[in-house]
Amino acid sequence: MSLSLFALQLINGVEYGLLLFLVASGLTLVFGVLGVLNFAHGSFYMLGAYLAWWISARTGNLWLAILIGLPAMVLIGLLLERLAIARLYGRDHLSQVLLTYGLVLLFNELQRAVFGNDVHGVPTPKSLSFTIHLGEAQTWPAWRAFTALSCIALAAGMRQLILKTRFGMRVRAGASNAEMVEALGIDVRRLFSVVFSAGTALAGLAGMLAAPLTTVYPGMGESILILSFVVVVIGGIGSIKGAFLGALLVGIADTFGKVLLPGFASAIVYAVMAAVLLWRPRGLLGPAFEGR
Amino acid sequence: MIGRRALLLSGALALGAVAFTGDRFWLQFLGKAMIGCILAMSLDLLVGFTGLVSLAHSAFFGLAAYALAGLTNQLGLVTPLLTLPLCLLAAAAAALIIGWLSLRATGVYFIMVTLAFTQMLFYLFNDSPALGGSDGLYVSQRPVDSRLAAYLVIWVALIAVYVLLSRIFRAPYGRALEGIRANEQRMRSLGYPTRRYKLVAFVIAGALAGLAGYLDATLYGFVNPAQLGWKQSGLILVTVLLGGKGTLYGPALGALLLAFIEHYGERVTEHWNALVAVLVIAVVLVLPRGLSGLLQGSARG
Repeated sequence: MSLSLFALQLINGVEYGLLLFLVASGLTLVFGVLGVLNFAHGSFYMLGAYLAWWISARTGNLWLAILIGLPAMVLIGLLLERLAIARLYGRDHLSQVLLTYGLVLLFNELQRAVFGNDVHGVPTPKSLSFTIHLGEAQTWPAWRAFTALSCIALAAGMRQLILKTRFGMRVRAGASNAEMVEALGIDVRRLFSVVFSAGTALAGLAGMLAAPLTTVYPGMGESILILSFVVVVIGGIGSIKGAFLGALLVGIADTFGKVLLPGFASAIVYAVMAAVLLWRPRGLLGPAFEGR
Repeated sequence: MIGRRALLLSGALALGAVAFTGDRFWLQFLGKAMIGCILAMSLDLLVGFTGLVSLAHSAFFGLAAYALAGLTNQLGLVTPLLTLPLCLLAAAAAALIIGWLSLRATGVYFIMVTLAFTQMLFYLFNDSPALGGSDGLYVSQRPVDSRLAAYLVIWVALIAVYVLLSRIFRAPYGRALEGIRANEQRMRSLGYPTRRYKLVAFVIAGALAGLAGYLDATLYGFVNPAQLGWKQSGLILVTVLLGGKGTLYGPALGALLLAFIEHYGERVTEHWNALVAVLVIAVVLVLPRGLSGLLQGSARG
């Protein structure tokens, strides 16, 4: 592998990891703060991608699709939290797995009924359909660069929000002890619904950004869900920083696996997870002792 | 309790009696449903009794089915005397490795890790052409050839698994598992090697899931990667909850019910999965103890 190809693969891996982080951060936050294991999280990614395709196919404008799709995702998150997820607070893991598994089935049928089972390509916006030259032979599509930069900006924004604001302080407090936060007079229910819908919107946005890169297809939510679980297990549940580390690790491992060991590419990610698990059963940055 | 026993016995006899009708459709349909019962009951050992929510059950099911396809297609081994123990051994060995790794984690980590390993195996079979790829593999020669014989074998297996599991539940080992579910730390401080106990349960359940996979490949002569994917594991969990976890006969009941819903739902609407979805959500919200909770009345618990 030449140096420039290596650099390009590294960039691709990091970019894929950043996209994964958008999905996994919501998953880990929802578990950390709400205490709910949400299998339907991947469905939000799928929904975002399908919305991007559906709206942009009608308006011819992906920016507009994102502009309409993002508030739609927030709304879906708010509704879902109120109607279904709120009933899972304090319930055992089995109930959470099953109810959200039911939601996965429901979203899949919805996708089949509304959008159909075809694979759809989504064209990149004209303003970003050029490529960036890296060295002699390698090129990097501008949309990939845009995706990576947006993810970095979002991750940085999230970090500021969580570490530097009053809201972020509540989120952190909620993640370590929700009961105590409630006892201090903070409206936990509202905090929960904000966190959940933010997670939904982030996963949806990841789907919208990925739509031009991966095409839009049935089952796309599930593959990202499983990878997000791997990311969260590697990083430690509830830890945003861990999710960031884990996502980059998984993104890079997956990308290089596809180049170096085609055929076993998808297994490499799990091998990394198994290794981390042997070394630190609660993830790289997970809580030192058993929480929930 | 006597009522329940009589009900179970007559149910088992009725399933056996279907064999005499020789009806192709019912043999195939109920054969499949009984395989579902075996899967659900064996998962109940983990979910209902030990308190382990595993999403790896479909993996062991699929591995044994693939093992059968490999043995018959590559090595020409057909006789159940050899293939059955070898396939069960394959499933048990996989359960030992996956269980040993997964049980290092607890609670929600355990769920995610079993899920991840299941998907790893799914991709392994789905992505490699040598293992049949996404099309799956045919079993060139089935260990039990006639449909009627296969049905009877499945029926016997179902009864055997029920007897085995209910024995385990009543044995001191089963009581210890229940203790682990209730309070693992206390069991550990009482001197029980809880992780080894859980691992043994995981391997037994995995081997029984393998038995179900072996029977499935025998009945259909075919195996595909979707059968070992995580959605299949989710469906087995659904049957356990639908029937009522921790009761053994409940999950079997759930599997039978789900088979009927699947079959008749498919006739009514192509979106029958939405039906299952609504049912699952309703059961979690309204009927957390499942159908058997309904049978026992709401007075207890």
